[in-house]
Amino acid sequence: MPVPVIEIQGVTKAFGDNEVLNGIDLEVGEHEAVALIGASGSGKSTLLRCIDLLEEIDDGDILLDGEVITDPSVDAVGVRRRLGVVFQAYNLFPHLSVLENVVLGITRAHGVDRAEAEDSARPLLHRFGLAGREDDDPDRLSGGQQQRVAIARAFAARPRAMLLDEVTSALDPELVGEVLEAVRDLKAEGVTMLLATHEMGFAREVADRVGFLNEGRLVELGPPEQVLEAPERPETQRFLRRLLDAGRL
Amino acid sequence: MSDRRAEREAEKRRRDRRGLAISAISTVVVLGGITALIVTSPGWPLVRESFFSAEVFSDTFPDVLDAFWLDVRVFVIVEIAVLILGLLVALIRLADPPALFPLRLLATVYVDVFRGIPTILLVYLIGFGIPALAVASEEGSTPLGWLPTEPVILGGIALTLSYGAYVAEVYRAGINSIHRGQRDAALAVGLTEAQSLRHVIVPQAVRRVWPPLLNDFIALQKDVALIAIIGVTGEAFRVAQIETSATFNYTPLIAAALLYLCVTIPLARALDHWAPGAYAAR
Repeated sequence: MPVPVIEIQGVTKAFGDNEVLNGIDLEVGEHEAVALIGASGSGKSTLLRCIDLLEEIDDGDILLDGEVITDPSVDAVGVRRRLGVVFQAYNLFPHLSVLENVVLGITRAHGVDRAEAEDSARPLLHRFGLAGREDDDPDRLSGGQQQRVAIARAFAARPRAMLLDEVTSALDPELVGEVLEAVRDLKAEGVTMLLATHEMGFAREVADRVGFLNEGRLVELGPPEQVLEAPERPETQRFLRRLLDAGRL
Repeated sequence: MSDRRAEREAEKRRRDRRGLAISAISTVVVLGGITALIVTSPGWPLVRESFFSAEVFSDTFPDVLDAFWLDVRVFVIVEIAVLILGLLVALIRLADPPALFPLRLLATVYVDVFRGIPTILLVYLIGFGIPALAVASEEGSTPLGWLPTEPVILGGIALTLSYGAYVAEVYRAGINSIHRGQRDAALAVGLTEAQSLRHVIVPQAVRRVWPPLLNDFIALQKDVALIAIIGVTGEAFRVAQIETSATFNYTPLIAAALLYLCVTIPLARALDHWAPGAYAAR
């Protein structure tokens, strides 16, 4: 059996007394897309941040391509260079142009020379519908465009896996589609990804497996049609019923 | 244009005209009153002669202008040193690693102490204290003989230490104001902590604190005059003072004041000009 790209083993994480992750086990295989669903505060974002070593886990292990990355002896910078992260609030660099946002990481972190980095960044921006916006300031773009720049930035160095943290939650409803289109595009290319999302329809469409997080535990994990349409666990059923009542399903 | 709209605009124009008239009249009354009070006072002819003498002005201005060149050079060099020292201290104070605790403590003490001492006192202490350390022992050995004893250099060091403490706090406020997400994003694209400061955090912080930084430039530009008190001879204020005692006329001081204004006013206007750009999201 091939080694999973990301392997999460018994991970716990608390902020003070608040146990955010309570023993999570999860694997994401090569070319697989796993969607994490669950209420706000269920630990989805924290889990993604822990994988990118933006937070330190308390217990357990996280492995990238079979190597433990959560030991203090591991070079966190090297790990982050193998992962791409897209944040809910885009977090673009406002003092840099769109193109420079994408280029910064490949030149400074990956040692690619400037001209070559630009040559690879331009087609990527083009692919995500941002042709002609290369020299704009990020804050002149719509939220949907900004998030697509963020996706291009995270993907620019062709990471081993993409971690997408509720990438459409900050967007006006009419802008959600264009961002999901970009993610769909990555999926079609076979990019390995772990995504936290509130878009159930999208999770069903793009994810190979869906995991339901509740109070820091991975309560249910399986193919989307099972978890989203015939959930076994009462917590999952309650969560989906609430979404249904709110017209979000 | 509809009648309603025209009516409203006319009313607005009336109100604006009334406001303008009131403020113009009150300004003229106040300024005119003060001027009249001064020029009709019995002492005015004497003040005009001893502060605003055209003859003394044209005689002494070239010397004061010459001396002002030293002020400008000291200002530029000290300002550069202040910007570097301030940033360094701010970065140390903000550094995370526990191993840096002693350095962090030192930086905090530095800021507290040097911000708390009047600049004039600091110029005195350094201007006279450092040369005292450099004197030779009875046997003629000078272990600290390499210390600078030039008043202008010591004055520059004192100003650098004093303003470095202020500017460090300005930088620190700026860096603290940059959203955490920027650091997250910088690390996420694979930058090291140092690279993320260099390419992401500090450039944004400097843009944000540009106006208070410029404000400190202006204050420093004026405080360069303080180095006169430790015996820097060619400094503009000092030269003006000497000319004043030679001519028994204060006009040279006015000449020096005008020169300071020639630098500080453009700096202040530059501040106004740049400030909106610095606050805009870029």
